[in-house]
Amino acid sequence: MDTLLAIRMENITKSFDGFLANDGVDLSVKKGEIHALVGENGAGKSTLMKILYGMYHPDDGIISVHGNNVTIESPSKAISLGIGMVHQHFMLVDTLTVLENIVLGDEGTFFLGAVNYKMAASRISEILRDFEINIDLQTKTGNLPVGTQQKIEIVKLLYRNADILILDEPTAVLTPQESEDLFKTLRELAAGGKTIILITHKLGEVLAVSDSVTVLRRGKVTGVVETHATDVTGLANMIVGGVMEQVLRSKTKPGDKVILNVENLTVKSDKKTTAVNNITFSISECEIYGIAGVEGNGQTELAEAVCAMRSYEMGSIRIEGKEINTDIPVAHIPADRHKHGIVMDYTLTENLLLGRESEAQFSSTVKLNYESAENYTKELTEKYDIRPADAGSKISGLSGGNQQKLVAAREMSKKTKLIVACHPTRGLDIKASQFVHKTLADEASAGKAVLVISSDLQELLGLCTRIAVLYNGRLNAVLDPQQTNENEIGSFMMGLNKN
Amino acid sequence: MAGPAISVAASMVLGGVLIAAIGRDPFEVYQKLFVDTLGNTYGIGQVLFKATPLILTGLSVAFAFRAGLFNIGAEGQMTIGAFGSAWVGFTFTSLPWIILIPLCVAAGFAAGAFWASIAGYLKARFGSHEVINTIMLNFIALALVSYLVNNIYLVPATIHTPEISPNAYLHRFDELTGLFKGSPFNLSFVIALLACCLMYYIIEKTPTGYRIKTLGLNRNAAVYAKMNPGRLTIAAMAIAGGFAGLGGLNFVNGYKHYFEIGFTENAGYVGIAVALIARNNPFAIIAIAVFFGILEYGGLTVNTIVPKEIVTILQGVIILMIITLTRYFDKKLKLKTA
Repeated sequence: MDTLLAIRMENITKSFDGFLANDGVDLSVKKGEIHALVGENGAGKSTLMKILYGMYHPDDGIISVHGNNVTIESPSKAISLGIGMVHQHFMLVDTLTVLENIVLGDEGTFFLGAVNYKMAASRISEILRDFEINIDLQTKTGNLPVGTQQKIEIVKLLYRNADILILDEPTAVLTPQESEDLFKTLRELAAGGKTIILITHKLGEVLAVSDSVTVLRRGKVTGVVETHATDVTGLANMIVGGVMEQVLRSKTKPGDKVILNVENLTVKSDKKTTAVNNITFSISECEIYGIAGVEGNGQTELAEAVCAMRSYEMGSIRIEGKEINTDIPVAHIPADRHKHGIVMDYTLTENLLLGRESEAQFSSTVKLNYESAENYTKELTEKYDIRPADAGSKISGLSGGNQQKLVAAREMSKKTKLIVACHPTRGLDIKASQFVHKTLADEASAGKAVLVISSDLQELLGLCTRIAVLYNGRLNAVLDPQQTNENEIGSFMMGLNKN
Repeated sequence: MAGPAISVAASMVLGGVLIAAIGRDPFEVYQKLFVDTLGNTYGIGQVLFKATPLILTGLSVAFAFRAGLFNIGAEGQMTIGAFGSAWVGFTFTSLPWIILIPLCVAAGFAAGAFWASIAGYLKARFGSHEVINTIMLNFIALALVSYLVNNIYLVPATIHTPEISPNAYLHRFDELTGLFKGSPFNLSFVIALLACCLMYYIIEKTPTGYRIKTLGLNRNAAVYAKMNPGRLTIAAMAIAGGFAGLGGLNFVNGYKHYFEIGFTENAGYVGIAVALIARNNPFAIIAIAVFFGILEYGGLTVNTIVPKEIVTILQGVIILMIITLTRYFDKKLKLKTA
């Protein structure tokens, strides 16, 4: 047993409903290092860390902490082993002071249930001094910037004697300056003997702050390297993987007639921050235009604006020359199917009507034609191989993949000029994915304009006639799929290599 | 339906304990309660008369529920609707019944719909919660009709308006058929039944109903499908208010033939319980409203052996028991089948 290892996870396997989230994963983290855990969305990073933190229990595998084999059945067990986790969403009470927040949950009362704040404050001050963190303990937490709140979360863990810290996408909410500041603190912590595991998909960060890296892809480890021995290209290769399972090349040739025209578009997110920042592009008939990007760079807002679900601040969106409005039908496969695309309490037929209930084939102004809708549902369930194909049963009884097939079937069979497809094959198996790809390509060949938003670069490379990269709400690059590759797109997605 | 049945039985037992606690014989009370309500056609007529406005306020609450809205305002909508029906009835006295009755019905629906759509508009436009909106509008409705009755349309020495034209009467079944001898049970019951069919049709058959249902089940999906939640909110409140507005016909056109302050006897609030127990199903609402009618009229009949307050307590306890136990048994059944 190597006692220099803070964490050793061997052959960790975890499946959810037959889906292998972790498939024989090994992870070794040395004491006092910053270890980055990288991979795409759904690669299994979070699952692995939730196992380590006791939130999930592995189906198989061994975990040892500081050389001792352990079973971590709950987060409180993890904390008692010195493992702490900072989540993406902070667990702080805005109206309490920094001191109260740090002490909260571990008050250590001394007399009639009163909290000994004086003793706590002196211990916390010591921690702050040791790691050169500057926070005023008496300030109300809600007034502090996000970067500081995150440090409070870290201090909370240190106060509970954690010496192994897991940070889940810590810079997702930070400005570049705050990120830089956080990295400084992380280095201080590592120098002071703390072990840090950093979950991220920003390669720049990995290179900037970590000592070593473990790469996950589809639940398996595809690389373990020392950070100084690799670069962006090397990491990107391990993250997206080398070979494609099936070479997909769409043969559609874009026509001259412009269908979708987006000019100087600026869209705000729900949090009122600028999500899409002054972008311009257009899509012609028979064209499949791909938008690549790490999630959260404005894709959702862009799709919702184009589909007239979200108002925009500036610019224009025109379909065949007409400014968009809710009356122009657009086929839209939404990114979050459960939230937007289906109603769980509805039958397959009722879900098929969603957004199509005004179509003449399904309704007059006063009466819906359920019979016609049901026949149409039967037709589509057969064509798209949706199972079980019972039009009258509730969609909640279908597997996630089949629910998505129904959404895809409904949208792609609409009579529209434009299809907006967000992650059209996420969660689908290979056969269903290929079917969706083929249908999208066929629709484009038939004259439609298709906008595909995806983080699956193979999908975009095979399907699209052009690929744009969205980074921080801006189009960072527009590429010809024939003359680019995953690594190049990947580096644009990470915000590097700007043109 | 096993859940509600057990709940009713259990609540009757608890009610019996209460009656025994004040030193009366529960069997005697229950026997009188059921014999006097269901044992003769007069009693049945009284029960159905009491049930009529409850069907309509129940529909009102249930319809709004289907859009995900909690309509506490059936009381106010019913008040405004009743005044609308009465006003038409005592203003256009020369019109023949074939025009005047539909006009009274339409006025009741329209006035209730208008009143509820204010709450819907405030929610859609400013996001203010419909519960607050409808409660406040209840107060305003009550004050408004009191003002109108007391200052403009008052018949001196009364608290009611002039009588409506006989052409606006919704006749008693007693007068029409000789059945339900002496009870005020009248044709507005038929209107209530038609309203149930209307709700069923709107929700299950029309595109608007489909959109309202979608809004109630998954607001995000409604936005995604470009259904205009604001407009749907107003429409759903308006239709809900229309149903409540029809609730006044029973008293105004069917019974007293004038509008009187305080005629509602809280039917607007009882309608919430009716809708809840009936799970917003328009046809179950009929059965539940009749059950409440039994409680209300039965309460009056046993007044001679138990004090009025005890009857009111009993009614409240039974309603609470049904709502709570029904949920409890639902969960149990779900666990068993899962």
